[in-house]
Amino acid sequence: MTTLKQTPLNAAHRAMGAKMVDFGGWDMPVNYGSQIDEHHQVRNDVGMFDVCHMRVVDAKGDGVRAFLRYLLANNADKITVPGKALYSAMLRPEGVVIDDLIIYFMTEQWFRIVVNAGTADKDIAWMKEQAATHAPKLTITSRDDLAMVAIQGPNARAKVWEVLPQTKAATENLVNFQAADCGEYFVARTGYTGEDGFEVMLPKEKVEAFWYALSKVGVKPIGLGARDTLRLEAGMNLYGQDMDETVGPLESGLGWTVDLKSERDFIGKAALLANPPTKKLAGLVLLDRGVLRGHQKVKTAHGAGEITSGTFSPTLEKSIALARIPNEVQIGDTVQVEIRDKLLNAKVVKYPFARNGKGLIS
Amino acid sequence: MSNPSNLKYTASHEWVKTEADGSITIGITQHAQELLGDMVFVEAPAAGRKLKAKEECAVVESVKAAADVYAPVSGEVIAANGDLDSAPEAINSDPYGAWIFKMKPDSAADVAALLDAAAYQAVVDSEAH
Repeated sequence: MTTLKQTPLNAAHRAMGAKMVDFGGWDMPVNYGSQIDEHHQVRNDVGMFDVCHMRVVDAKGDGVRAFLRYLLANNADKITVPGKALYSAMLRPEGVVIDDLIIYFMTEQWFRIVVNAGTADKDIAWMKEQAATHAPKLTITSRDDLAMVAIQGPNARAKVWEVLPQTKAATENLVNFQAADCGEYFVARTGYTGEDGFEVMLPKEKVEAFWYALSKVGVKPIGLGARDTLRLEAGMNLYGQDMDETVGPLESGLGWTVDLKSERDFIGKAALLANPPTKKLAGLVLLDRGVLRGHQKVKTAHGAGEITSGTFSPTLEKSIALARIPNEVQIGDTVQVEIRDKLLNAKVVKYPFARNGKGLIS
Repeated sequence: MSNPSNLKYTASHEWVKTEADGSITIGITQHAQELLGDMVFVEAPAAGRKLKAKEECAVVESVKAAADVYAPVSGEVIAANGDLDSAPEAINSDPYGAWIFKMKPDSAADVAALLDAAAYQAVVDSEAH
């Protein structure tokens, strides 16, 4: 039996009654009580997530912007205000997705990057390999000394300021997708729920006290179960499900993050231009009774597709999914999903499905 | 919550209650509902369907996962609990009240041979790690 990796909050999760599961080799909380209650807690009030398993990477040195401009499918030149963040895919030359990540522009000598847990090691290896060729003077450092907690929901920022009043002045004017470096605390107005809130990076040895301090002011712990339904309602991709190294960003709903029109060259661009996609990611809402799940087959008038992520939406009280389907299928079309030898009807919809406390699908 | 001693159980986490007329009522155990979490969908077998013991015959789905429910013994389905269509969460709040379907078993001896509460608890304990 392999030993699961633990975050510094492992004991706190157990003390708070979490049901723990193996999540990509990490021993993580899936829920503390009702997963649906946890979901509503974030949409309507505030909750906190242990995201210490995600990896913080600092890229530092002269020319870091130029390097990221070439490394990533989205254009690092879009962020010029200090602290501003950008979501991007990182591609292989073949145009497939190594990972999706967020970069924060701090100074012309420092960009911070946050990558997924399961892909962190290969991401860093790839970044270093590319840097060795294109920007040998840059340093790329995995910040294994940092922990990360996401506090999400309409009341999230107020609760963080209650616990960390010293960060308020520097963070109260942050716009969405912007961070402030407050010494030991790096506070970003980002998240993975479709709600307002912060992601706070801090020294590992301080995270347990921070977690309990948040709990004391009424912030409820939220497990990975609700994290998945929140992100799917918000129409946010999950690496490993909605995209991976077998598909490109254009067939993964990430066309908005890829700039193919400008002169800029980036890794994977030539492959994207040479191979226009025949499929796209679309939202589905199940019209019949049942639950959409990943890998279910989709039948459309224009050919076959497949669900990449599916669940029951607590906000809409319907089953929803992201599915990779032929480009010709239009919003409003009805398709069939194969669930246990039955064909059930689903409607193709524009996603996100819910954000900011409200369902967006009628 | 302990497992009621007046019920029989299967290793696949169904509970079985023998009614006065010899028919049986089937649901899933406290342990099963706790593993699955918040229920959002139940598909029960139609009345009249003939089942073999251990045949997949119903599905319960939580937000997290789908799980099959198996026929505890051979027999014929005589009713399905339609209330669960609109209130599947009753399985979470009252697992031993929220029955899924009823059967007329082929043999009362098959029902008597199912696990008792203590034997079922041993199955649950052996799954814990």
